[in-house]
Amino acid sequence: MLISYLRAFWNGFRQVTGDDAFERYLERHNRLHADVAPLDRKEFFKSELQRRWDGVRRCC
Amino acid sequence: MTSRLKSLIFAAIGVFGAACLAGIALNRGETINAFWFVGAAFGVYLLAYRFYAGWITAKVLCVDESRATPAEVLNNGRDYVPTHRWVTFGHHFAAIAGAGPLVGPTLAAQFGYLPGTLWLLVGAVVGGCVQDMIILFCSTRRNGKSLGQMARDELGPIAGNAALVGTLLIMVLIVAVLGLVVVNAMKHSAWSTFTVAMTIPIAILVGVYMRHIRPGRVMEGSLVGFALMILATFAGGWVDADPVLRTYFIFDGPTLALLVIAYGFLASILPVWLLLAPRDYISTFVKIGVILMLAFAIIVLQPDIKMPAFTKFIDGTGPVFAGSLFPFLFITIACGAISGFHALISSGTTPKMIANEKDIQLVGYGSMAMESFVGIMAMIAACVLEPGVYFAINSPAGIVGADVTKAVATITGWGFPVTAETMNQLAKDMGETTLLARTGGAPSLAVGMATIFAGAFGKHLLALWYHFAIMFEAVFILTAVDAGTRVGRFMLQDLLGNIYKPLGNVSSYPSAVMSSAAFVAMWGYFLYIGTIDPYGGINILWPLFGISNQMLAAIALAVATGILVKSGKLRYVWVTAAPLTVLTFITSWATYEKILSADPRVGFLAGADALEAKLMAGQLTGKMAEVAPQLIFNQRLDAVLSVFFVAVLFVTIAETVRLTLRHINGRPVPPLAEVPYRPHPPMSDVAVGHGD
Repeated sequence: MLISYLRAFWNGFRQVTGDDAFERYLERHNRLHADVAPLDRKEFFKSELQRRWDGVRRCC
Repeated sequence: MTSRLKSLIFAAIGVFGAACLAGIALNRGETINAFWFVGAAFGVYLLAYRFYAGWITAKVLCVDESRATPAEVLNNGRDYVPTHRWVTFGHHFAAIAGAGPLVGPTLAAQFGYLPGTLWLLVGAVVGGCVQDMIILFCSTRRNGKSLGQMARDELGPIAGNAALVGTLLIMVLIVAVLGLVVVNAMKHSAWSTFTVAMTIPIAILVGVYMRHIRPGRVMEGSLVGFALMILATFAGGWVDADPVLRTYFIFDGPTLALLVIAYGFLASILPVWLLLAPRDYISTFVKIGVILMLAFAIIVLQPDIKMPAFTKFIDGTGPVFAGSLFPFLFITIACGAISGFHALISSGTTPKMIANEKDIQLVGYGSMAMESFVGIMAMIAACVLEPGVYFAINSPAGIVGADVTKAVATITGWGFPVTAETMNQLAKDMGETTLLARTGGAPSLAVGMATIFAGAFGKHLLALWYHFAIMFEAVFILTAVDAGTRVGRFMLQDLLGNIYKPLGNVSSYPSAVMSSAAFVAMWGYFLYIGTIDPYGGINILWPLFGISNQMLAAIALAVATGILVKSGKLRYVWVTAAPLTVLTFITSWATYEKILSADPRVGFLAGADALEAKLMAGQLTGKMAEVAPQLIFNQRLDAVLSVFFVAVLFVTIAETVRLTLRHINGRPVPPLAEVPYRPHPPMSDVAVGHGD
């Protein structure tokens, strides 16, 4: 019970920080377009940063 | 849980919150425990969340659980991703929470603890939270459109352009004023300057780590960076202790301003992975860390409040910033109660993550309630200081005098006793040469936090706690400086692109460098002038920032009002129209006073005239005579800028009123740009999973 709550918290925390972004991308990619080669970790991270920083991301 | 039990619990919270609030308001004793503030805030936010926000989502917005959100329909695995509500809440809160709610309440503490605390609670509950939530709702119903686009679609092109220009100007002021806060924290302090400077190479190191050594491992990289920053804080103490080394890190305000300007320019043209992104990752950790530390300090250690409920400075003669309680309390608190800037986030990344419309209440209203709570904690941290100490730290030299003896005599004369020994000892304890006239709020917040911690862990660590707090604040302020410059550059390019197409090409390097330079020059100007101003600069810049921020909030509320009217919700329109009216009134009054007040500390024009008269009469000597012409020009420019802000605000409101009247009279108005109802996709690619 407690363990499952902690795990849920940890998973949520990784998702908020973006730590699991590549894993989630791979999971989705393999489910939807398994025929195309996915980006590797490095390429994905680069494009992810570009996407994140082209807009208002932070506030006062 | 049965509904009766739930009602009982909420009733109990209500009674508890009311009791705490009454305790604060009616206390006339010497001190009051900070616990009552936390209890009151908790009770107020929870009740408002449950009942007011619940009522708005059910009756006014008519949130529809069966309706598909843009995250579901446009799911691309990147921007548009249906996300668990607590994850979205975390994202949104991390994006909206910055230095604003820490600085504003610290400055507003000069009126005493009561006015600021009340406005933080009331303003958030009926203003800020409502604005954030309704804009989030509107944007979610419009596939995540930005505030500017919504203003254009719903109110017409005039309001749309007003929102765009307004947003650009608020960016300029926010970066300038936050830059000034960080400069004032580093001024003449080798320890602070070294620690803050070290955060740049640390960020670059982490950037390389995340990009090349362990790509994409952001948590790992951030932890490495975090550890290095703590090390840098210790190292700052060693540098400060070395008589030769420390001289390399001691600068005056204007020099630091130039360094921050150079940094902002570089950060905005370097690739984001190298400096901007890693710094933001570390700073987000640090930011949450500071907030938790502050919460721990206040909730667990429960310090006593030393500031009186009201001070005599409600009459407008206060040293921290000039101007009477009404309207300047509201302009000064700004972000912790209602912040227009949040509307940009609520109509930016967040609506693209909402998995179900029923999450909007938690994400929109809940995050802002939490931010307001951060403001309450900052207010407490300022008020646990002896009032004399608080005023000694936050009063500029131009008012109390640069000399310790004279400064403490002035402050003691106001009825807030403080001695030169106290200030010297405090500075020594904190590892600083002086804590006098360290305006901007950051040093006083750091002293407050360090004092609370020292109460629990002993006085020998004071200097370390102080510099941790300074480093933490500086880290996320500098992140706001570089992220703000980047966004400002995009906005500027967007605007310039309308005039001459090639200038609007965001991927063109020359255009990027040019527009970055232009934007940095805009905020750099205000920052630099702020550092040469003997009244500390904050006295001019913070109200100007506050006015611009409240103006943007009013624009957001006007857009929301227009949408409510067109949705046939005229009978509930007061939900946004009432805070809009109050904000418009406050902002206009504050602007009126800032421009036309005869008091040279309040009115820009009176200030310029007074200085000019002194200059003409030859009463100014030395450095002051040198910078006076710049200060005179600046005050007149500030007056023009204020007029412009109010003009933008009134244009938007006129458009909203015109649209409302046309709608009531059955004449055509721009149609509601809401996307039509769609049910949830059958094989919904929903990435929610944990916890739900």
